[in-house]
Amino acid sequence: MYRYDQFDQRVVDERVEQFRDQVERRMRGEITEAEFKPLRLMNGLYLQLHAYMLRIGIPYGMLSSKQLRKLAHISRKYDRGYGHFTTRQCLQLNWPKLEETPDLLAELAEVEMHAIQTSGNSIRNVTADQYGGVTADEIEDSRIYAEIIRQWSTLHPEFSFLPRKFKIAVTASTIDRTAVKFHDIGIILAKNEDGETGFEILVGGGMGRTPMIGQTIRKFLPKQHLLSYMEAIFRIYNLMGRRDNIYKARIKILVYELGIDELQKLVEDEWNEIKDGPLGLPAAEIARIEEYFKPPAYEVIEPDAQTLAVHKFESPDFAHWSKVNVVAHKQPGYAIVNLSLKPTGRPTGDVTADQMDAIADLADQYSLGELRTTHDQNLVFADVKEGDLFELWRDLDGLDLATPNLKLIGDVICCPGLDYCALANARSIPVSQRITRRFADLKRQFDIGELRLKISGCINACGHHHAGNIGILGVDRKGEEYYQITLGGSGDENAAIGDVVGPAFSSEDVVDAVEAIVETYIEKRKPGEIFLETYRRIGQEPFKTRLYPEKTDAAA
Amino acid sequence: MALQIFTSNRVSDGIVVFQAKDGSWTESLDKSYVIRDEDALAKATLRAEAADVAAVVIDPYPIDVTEDKGVIRPVRYRERIRAYGPTIHPDFAKMPALGHFLSGD
Repeated sequence: MYRYDQFDQRVVDERVEQFRDQVERRMRGEITEAEFKPLRLMNGLYLQLHAYMLRIGIPYGMLSSKQLRKLAHISRKYDRGYGHFTTRQCLQLNWPKLEETPDLLAELAEVEMHAIQTSGNSIRNVTADQYGGVTADEIEDSRIYAEIIRQWSTLHPEFSFLPRKFKIAVTASTIDRTAVKFHDIGIILAKNEDGETGFEILVGGGMGRTPMIGQTIRKFLPKQHLLSYMEAIFRIYNLMGRRDNIYKARIKILVYELGIDELQKLVEDEWNEIKDGPLGLPAAEIARIEEYFKPPAYEVIEPDAQTLAVHKFESPDFAHWSKVNVVAHKQPGYAIVNLSLKPTGRPTGDVTADQMDAIADLADQYSLGELRTTHDQNLVFADVKEGDLFELWRDLDGLDLATPNLKLIGDVICCPGLDYCALANARSIPVSQRITRRFADLKRQFDIGELRLKISGCINACGHHHAGNIGILGVDRKGEEYYQITLGGSGDENAAIGDVVGPAFSSEDVVDAVEAIVETYIEKRKPGEIFLETYRRIGQEPFKTRLYPEKTDAAA
Repeated sequence: MALQIFTSNRVSDGIVVFQAKDGSWTESLDKSYVIRDEDALAKATLRAEAADVAAVVIDPYPIDVTEDKGVIRPVRYRERIRAYGPTIHPDFAKMPALGHFLSGD
């Protein structure tokens, strides 16, 4: 993985000391909260309902075991012994003290981590495919380009005060695991007709109160122009993006108001002015970054299907986990292992400090000392020998990290909601807990098959409800928590925004409603059909009829 | 007027606090000063603004509460979560609050 050079380290160290001074001045009352707020947000520090919250950036989800041990230590020393993995591959601490934050950040900097640009109207933590470098279905390792963009965007002087926050994802695979089409800019590695590798650039995707699917602004961009093209898009957005209305400030609104063709013309005109300037990306520089992500020296392993088969025969639980949470690796004899952070009834994405330490030890033992976070709020060991799978599974199971529910209804994406968040209208974690308990029977989950359920506690959509096959949005109705359900959303390569199915359900009724939707699917599905396929074939009516029988009767 | 108390988050650690009778800030909801009339509200507001300027608390604001046999309870759900703690963490409970915390699994 990438290691800081002297410039990276200096920037981060200097920022810690700058923030220390800002915090001291705030504590002494020399600056007001209004003056301090933008400063703390530039360092990832929010004020939530109960306390400050620190969002720590994890560039494209890559973590070393050393870094994870430091996060465990920090969450014990400065917080309450746990952290929360987010839908943008970051880690949030829910209880840091302002007065201790500079020391916390100084400790983070010791392991090449920080919280810069995890908040504010800046270019946020760049996300990428968690299987980068290890999956056979990618063109190239997407992490290389995510890292190049990270370097370019960190403290970029021209783009530190954008009209609004800005999110970028990079994927190189035909199977999208990054929700790339829901990003302000989505970058997809692509080949042109001559077989050259470059990028398809999408712009204007997003969730929030105005969900939009990104549109292609350039079908093929040669590699050397990646940064100049980014620069051109950002310049147009910085000039023309709306600053008068926070709800209309994202680039998706500019795309909507101008139209993709007009925006493309403006961007291309700007790009033609700068594309042969200093932002060119020479092959040597790409090769330099690529070196950090070169494949490890994999061992040549004789396939031993028999031992694995015996373990699976003797342990059905291991067999289920292998089938659901283990994914093919491009290297024979190796596997990609997903650690589920969604055990039944637990808050999605929460990990205790003790679990972090144990995961770090397992990463050292089984996966070359590295791991990745996913936007689905799970973790990945990318380089596990197949011969180690059984022992790893036993260790993970002992840590409650081996629930075999990847992509199943138990694999809920969920924001912190009103239990923590100052913006939320309703709680989301308790709803996810009740749903996962209702569907706790894994055999039932296996029978239901792939079904992505996503919950947000407000319209800002941090829980990606628009992209859920079943999406749940918490709303406040006269002081009571209600939940609006959408169906048919998808965050993969066939991205779709879910459709509202009808009036919202009370907190008491929402889990029954989810079960009714699942039962309708079970009744209507054809053999082999997953939920989304059935929904796309039969539409909303059968679900509506089941959910709102009185209305249907009245209409008849 | 509805009964009110002043609440805020403390600058040093962000923790939820309530204005006490002597104008100081307490983490205990049951030690908060209940405002019962306009004069008391004006006085409490001045004290809260002073604490804001002195960087003791952040943007303090009054909330509606009920009082039953000396037990103060915020009216809005959001404020009850602030006062008692996240409903998913009985282990972080700041005070007994019947029915507030969800049972674990």
